[in-house]
Amino acid sequence: MSNLFVIAVLLAVMTLAYQLGMAKSSKQASRLAREKNTQAMHSRPHHHGALVAFWATAPAFALLLLWSWFSPWLVNQLVIAQLPEHLAQLSGNELNAILRRISNIANDFVSGGVLADWEIAAAQYYREVEQISRALMVALVSGAVALGLFLSYRRVNPQLRARNAMEKVIKAVLIASSTVAILTTIGIVLSMVGETLRFFSFVSPMDFFFGTTWNPRFSTVGGGDQGEFGLLPLLVGTLLVASVALIVAIPLGLLSAIYLAEYAPPKFRSAAKPIIEILAGIPTIVYGFFALVTVGPFLASMGDTFGLDIRATSALTAGVVMGIMIIPFISSLSDDILTQVPKALRDGSLGLGATKSETIRKVVLPAALPGISGAVLLAASRAVGETMIVVLAAGNSPVLTANPFEAVSTMTVTIVNQLTGDNDFSSPQSLVAFALGLTLFSITLVLNIVALLIVRRFREQYD
Amino acid sequence: MNQQKNATQAESTTGASGMAAQSDVQAKVTASLKRRRRKEKIFRGVGLGSVLISLTLVLILFINIFSKGVPAFWQTSFEMDIYFDPAVITIADKPEQQPGETFADFDDRLQAWETELGFVNFNRLMTDAVAPLLPDFERSQTRFIMQMITSGEAHALRNMVMEDPSIIGETKTLRLLTSANVDVWLKGNIDRDLPDSRQQLPAVVRDWADYLYAEGHIQNRFSTALFMNPDSRSSLASAGLAGAFIGSFYMMLIVIFLAIPMGVAAAIYLEEFAPKNKITDVIEVNINNLAAVPSIIFGLLGAAVFINWFNLPMSAPVVGGLVLSLMTLPTVIIATRATLRAVPPSIRSGALGLGASKTQTVFHHVLPLAIPGILTGSILGVAQALGETAPLLLIGMKSFVASIPETPFDQSTALPVQIYLWQGNELRNFFEARTSAAIIVLLMLMMTLNGIAIWLRKKLEVRW
Repeated sequence: MSNLFVIAVLLAVMTLAYQLGMAKSSKQASRLAREKNTQAMHSRPHHHGALVAFWATAPAFALLLLWSWFSPWLVNQLVIAQLPEHLAQLSGNELNAILRRISNIANDFVSGGVLADWEIAAAQYYREVEQISRALMVALVSGAVALGLFLSYRRVNPQLRARNAMEKVIKAVLIASSTVAILTTIGIVLSMVGETLRFFSFVSPMDFFFGTTWNPRFSTVGGGDQGEFGLLPLLVGTLLVASVALIVAIPLGLLSAIYLAEYAPPKFRSAAKPIIEILAGIPTIVYGFFALVTVGPFLASMGDTFGLDIRATSALTAGVVMGIMIIPFISSLSDDILTQVPKALRDGSLGLGATKSETIRKVVLPAALPGISGAVLLAASRAVGETMIVVLAAGNSPVLTANPFEAVSTMTVTIVNQLTGDNDFSSPQSLVAFALGLTLFSITLVLNIVALLIVRRFREQYD
Repeated sequence: MNQQKNATQAESTTGASGMAAQSDVQAKVTASLKRRRRKEKIFRGVGLGSVLISLTLVLILFINIFSKGVPAFWQTSFEMDIYFDPAVITIADKPEQQPGETFADFDDRLQAWETELGFVNFNRLMTDAVAPLLPDFERSQTRFIMQMITSGEAHALRNMVMEDPSIIGETKTLRLLTSANVDVWLKGNIDRDLPDSRQQLPAVVRDWADYLYAEGHIQNRFSTALFMNPDSRSSLASAGLAGAFIGSFYMMLIVIFLAIPMGVAAAIYLEEFAPKNKITDVIEVNINNLAAVPSIIFGLLGAAVFINWFNLPMSAPVVGGLVLSLMTLPTVIIATRATLRAVPPSIRSGALGLGASKTQTVFHHVLPLAIPGILTGSILGVAQALGETAPLLLIGMKSFVASIPETPFDQSTALPVQIYLWQGNELRNFFEARTSAAIIVLLMLMMTLNGIAIWLRKKLEVRW
């Protein structure tokens, strides 16, 4: 709460500094105007105000950020140095528990129970250090504010290029924002590679990538009893579900796109297109529920009538529903691509006497094929990475099977199962989630890059 | 149209020549034309068919969810006169803060009083109210009555007394939710012909429920429990979405204040300022890829970075918000870039020509024109984040939380995660409908967001 208060004060200082800078610069401007010398003013008063506000608060904010980052660590180190010898020797969770207890005692959260002498002493010390650190922070931050305000206010004069300076600040903020996307990717890769390497210190990569049994067991203390972490059953399950989805979605999506792009009257097209695209906006958990409650039992009873043994939760159920979900991905992308095929190609074919369907099949589709295959690849990457539908409807049984009527498990399902509740990130049972994640990330990355390259090249071809 | 005209022309010219040698060809052409036209029709029909199938699938999905979920907004409830019997609620006066008493002392006394109140048998008030309504009721059957009322109502009565002890001794007409099993029985969501051993309620309770329903003591009324209560495991009939809703609300706030400004800033830089070189090319490819990375990967990132490294609390909306922000960022960037690209260069040239700096051009002239598109894209991004489940499961949001989070750092669930939790509840007969109702709430929120986006686009769109 106290940090929030400091931030509020800094925001108030910011408005005040802005007004100060603007006032000083306005005064200078009106003096210059009286002297009929308006040319001499480089920047407008609000630029000066913004610059003063920036220098008055930005360093202070940076200090505050640094302080809130380092002070807990520093306080803990000081307290640990103060602890009795045998306790300071402890490491990891035990030490953390002691520190948490001391901080609770210091903040009067602990009532009742008998406190050991060293606990009371440590808590007292903790409180003192905390107070000093807080006072130091307030002093530093107010010093930074005062110094920044003083220096930048003194610099306000007609020649100061305040606008250019502010524009540099703005540009820096813009650049910083656009690096967040890069940092996210780096964060994804680094965190997953790190944990995956830790996983491979338990299980050899050969056993992981080529193992045919998935039986991770439960994480046990000491880890004497290790399970088997074979990726293949999960990979096959993933591909099985994704294939069923594509088998459902490609014909429906592509034919819909062709009809809407080539045949449909404009009114029908403008009504049907957004309705189909609704399918893309529905949360996947809703599809999962739909699959579990409606589609699964329906398919199972269909199987009964045809004498097939279809499980209610199976690769087929998950795949069919996932196929429904990706119809709009394929149809909208294909629609875009079909409308980009130049009219001249169509006219040429029609002029030679081909019927419309012949034109589409023999001229438009071959011309659009690269783009459409890009769209299919994008849809495939969606299908491979989809989670909630398979969590609910694929049956979660990690066995190596190519029968879509059986229950399967996929990589995404297993990630969810392995990383649940209180994970301590030290057992292979939870670390395997990162190895699976990295595999999944690589697969989708390759699919995406290839798809994007194909689509981009297609666009350039007909632009 | 075109090729039909061509075809008829071709026919008429061959027909006009009328030579015997050509009649053979003509016959062939007519035959093949017939075949080709049939193929054309089939192809067209297949196309139309797949559009219709897709539309039907949308329809089936919605009809299915709505037909299951809408009845769950109405719950069976008792309307009865509860006598707050002083003989049952034997408790001292509610303590008040004495002059000179410290707050801590007063708080201790108040808590002692509240604890004492917790021991009061509030079920007795309800059984006393219901028993007279039942025909040939025997005292030994008292325990069955409580199977008809959901257990959360005893807490509701206790809270009423806690807030205003003066109601002791009064009679109030209250609406109390029936238990989930009674709701299932009365709505016919369980097969009424099942043998006793497979019914969830004893025969006597089922008969009572039917009787009370016929007499009008139990009614099927619109219930606000679904909206006002947090999740509950002990009192299933009063489990609600309030906690999940607030959790989702906090996360969306974080997404709105983090992802949208950062995404827009990044898009402005990449589209307006960045030089065209290798680095910006890499950033561009990277952003396009990030938009297609499976959402569960962002969950792994959140678990490893925010929870394991930064030690942020598990299951907290603040972590969920951060993860969803990173996930929404590429969507916002891509949408914003597309809108900025659509602003004609003449606007920029005009501003630059009049002496504006690059920054002034962008912020005073280009950005205001792009705002409708940015808003639309951002709202769609937020709607997508609202429905996302998988990454939240990995940061611990699938734990059961029976309270409404007060700050973004408290434990909480989110709307889609609540749906996930409810679909797995053992009492399928009751929770299938309730899950569908939760889905309806989620879909309605998303549709509202999408509707706003469409409306904004229609209202503010500028065609160049």
